[in-house]
Amino acid sequence: MAGHARDDAVNALLRLPARNRELALIALALLITTAGFAAVQIARAEALSWSPLIAAALFAAAYLAAHVALRLYLPDADPYVLPITAVLAAIGLIEIHRIDPDLARDQGLWIALGLGLFVAVAVAFRDIRRLESLRYTCGALAVALLLVTIVVGTEVNGARLWIRAAGLQIQPGEFAKILLVVFLAGYLRERREVLAAPARRVLGVGIPALRHALPLLILAGAALVLLVAMNDLGSSLLLFVIALAMVYVATGRLLYVGTGLGLFALGGLAALQIAPQVQTRIDGWLDPWPDEQDSAYQIAQSIYTIADGGVTGAGFGRGLILNDAGGTIIPFAQTDFIYSVIANEMGLVGASAVILLYLLLAWRGFRIATQADDGFSKLLASGLAVAVAFQAFVIVGGVVRLLPLTGLTLPFVSYGGSSVTANFAIAALLLCISQRANRERG
Amino acid sequence: MNARISHLFGAVVVALVALIAMTTYWQVWARGSLEARQSNVRLVYRDLEIERGAIISADGIVLADSEPGRLDGRDVFLRRYPEQGLAAQLVGYSSLLAGRAGLERSLDPELTGSTSDLAGVRNSFDRMRGDTVRGDDVVLRLVAAAQQTAMDRLREAGRAGSVVVLDPSNGGVLVMASTPTFDPNEGLVEALDAPGSPLLNRATQGLYPPGSTFKVVTAASALDNGVVEVSTEFPAGDCIETGGQELCNFNGKDPGEHDFGYALVHSVNTTLATVGIELGDERLEATMAGFGFFKRIPWDYPADQNLASGIYNRRGNQVRPGANVDEARLAIGQERLLATPLQMALVAAAVANGGQLVQPQAVQEVRAPDGSVTRRPQAVFLGRAMTTETAGELRLLMRQVVDEGTGATAAVEGLDVAGKTGTAETGEEGLNDAWFIGFAPASAPRYAIAVLVERTAGTGGDVAAPIAADVLRTLSGS
Repeated sequence: MAGHARDDAVNALLRLPARNRELALIALALLITTAGFAAVQIARAEALSWSPLIAAALFAAAYLAAHVALRLYLPDADPYVLPITAVLAAIGLIEIHRIDPDLARDQGLWIALGLGLFVAVAVAFRDIRRLESLRYTCGALAVALLLVTIVVGTEVNGARLWIRAAGLQIQPGEFAKILLVVFLAGYLRERREVLAAPARRVLGVGIPALRHALPLLILAGAALVLLVAMNDLGSSLLLFVIALAMVYVATGRLLYVGTGLGLFALGGLAALQIAPQVQTRIDGWLDPWPDEQDSAYQIAQSIYTIADGGVTGAGFGRGLILNDAGGTIIPFAQTDFIYSVIANEMGLVGASAVILLYLLLAWRGFRIATQADDGFSKLLASGLAVAVAFQAFVIVGGVVRLLPLTGLTLPFVSYGGSSVTANFAIAALLLCISQRANRERG
Repeated sequence: MNARISHLFGAVVVALVALIAMTTYWQVWARGSLEARQSNVRLVYRDLEIERGAIISADGIVLADSEPGRLDGRDVFLRRYPEQGLAAQLVGYSSLLAGRAGLERSLDPELTGSTSDLAGVRNSFDRMRGDTVRGDDVVLRLVAAAQQTAMDRLREAGRAGSVVVLDPSNGGVLVMASTPTFDPNEGLVEALDAPGSPLLNRATQGLYPPGSTFKVVTAASALDNGVVEVSTEFPAGDCIETGGQELCNFNGKDPGEHDFGYALVHSVNTTLATVGIELGDERLEATMAGFGFFKRIPWDYPADQNLASGIYNRRGNQVRPGANVDEARLAIGQERLLATPLQMALVAAAVANGGQLVQPQAVQEVRAPDGSVTRRPQAVFLGRAMTTETAGELRLLMRQVVDEGTGATAAVEGLDVAGKTGTAETGEEGLNDAWFIGFAPASAPRYAIAVLVERTAGTGGDVAAPIAADVLRTLSGS
């Protein structure tokens, strides 16, 4: 009986038009948010304050506003993307609040700003073809942003990823990534045929004419230069993999992917000789224990923190995250190592749920790509889905010691204005593509 | 393109599932071994949730206790040492930054209530329930007032040094002072590499040539083995020839014709060296072993903060008994013989105790949080260092040392002090390690003492004996 009742409830939910389904899921996400804040508040047993309640209310208001905007401008778009971001952003906000309430206030503001950008992008590009015509502008802008970072950037934690402007620290790489995906989607759609089936053949292998392949080669070279100039393995690997994935979707030729990965491996080996930071990270990855008090301190503490959580976790606000000086035991816990904090307080269950949310988000992204009926939209959606999923893979892989540690943020979860707002822009672009595909399918 | 998009999604699935697999590895598979790693700082933080018991002196002075504090939203207990450097090396420390040492380390199971008995099991249930675990309080035999006198006098001497006082009847450590000292509340990190090594407990980790104080051991061996009697006559002379080198009396003095008793009271090197040659290294080393030499002294202090007294080679390694040594120089406390102040206090305690070697004991009693006594250590005797007759003869001779010999400055009004001085050359011109060992009252000893002052221009009688007198005066309350 109970099973039937539940099935009926699920069916009723699924029969709802897309936007109603989205609203119901957002309401669920908001419930999680409120419960999480309450749990932290109870666990910390500090004087009850209104600030987390206000933060939760603002969070709810921003999401409801974004939902209303979708009803107005993208009524047929995918209903799952926004709720998935809501759960991820809420988990991040709660853990950041638990680390330092002041940081959570900033993060709450950035989530609201991010949702503002989300609405702006949704309105501006509700006809996604408008973006295709801007592909070269986007490409030029991406290169300009990266160049500016290299020239006037400041180093944080050994990597040159930031520029300071008007009292704010901005990470242009997060935005350059999106612009690059837009450029590649436009460029690859244009040259897809000549790249996929080149006229010339050498030893039975098709080699594209230089004028078609040159921009891609330049891109590959640029990514390697970035690797050395920014002193950051993570960002360049991310840009490189996004580009290769899009080339693969456009041409289906594994030759390009293989050549690209080979080039990157060579470049990586070269970087090892030049950049001591990269060497340290690799050593700490291969065996952190001899250096756990100095150069491998972060990764060692990350592993201890994760292991300490066990299967069910310590509970929101009940883990051991802060040291006796009031800082975090793992440096940069709120940005690079937020996954370790989640694994500690939410356990294997919660950490797996977070990974599955990225899987769901990637699934929605790829589904939007398959449902789109023009090449540009397909390539753009694939690229954006890869961007989010692979970024999560690289940073989480680093903190669980599956990969060398890098300085990327966990999309929607990590503390940081550039990261949060850029990822909301990605979500909006996915929904714009989805709107067009779903409307045309009826 | 859709097929290729599906391939891409497949790759993403594999990558993300690998993350879950790796997380599972750490949280399920490797969790236990990571939690057991000593370098895991989380262990130390976790221990702060236990209300560590207090360490209190026999005269009621709190040497260490816990005060409530907050850490990451938890109630924790932070360690406090109200008397700062008073007995810092003996009490030791329990610190987030520097780990644990001293009694804080060796008594950790009782101080944290994590012993393996019923109380410990009950505490682990409390911990699982989230209740505060309260460790046991430890009352030491240490007399804080006398410890204070010892620290003050050592500091006035202006040199590093150590004072150890034992209760010969039960081994109770009444004083264990070591200078320079440190403040375990604040100064721990600086003390780690401060000049003068303040963290070093010179009473148990300081190895010094015992000089003439060792003649007590030689005399015990000679009397026990029937090589001499107290009245055995020895000829006059300022130097003798041994091992191809001259061995002379202090300041080249000729004592004239004298008996063995006179030789000990007036510290005649030539006579004791002659006796040592006759005794031979085997018999002398057997007596030394009976006094506790050659092995770490077993007591309630971390074993690795206890060094064995014995004969050391140039590389600082102990020479096994039976190795080729110069008996003549060994008999007068040279020949690279090194001893800790605690060892020399044990020598004095054995004479005071009728020849029985007693085990040092820091703890008077352990009290549960409800005030009940959970442990009251009994006296432990480690064996016989000499016969009762020999001990009786040495007691009389050591009494004379203070009455008319080199130890006159150790005399305390109304307290019969017996003892032996020592002035060991350090190899540096004009700098000696000054010693006094002794006991009081001579007729029924309650205190056995060893005083050492490092690298001083004075002799044992000038520098060490007056410190002993002051400490004994505080202890006896006279």
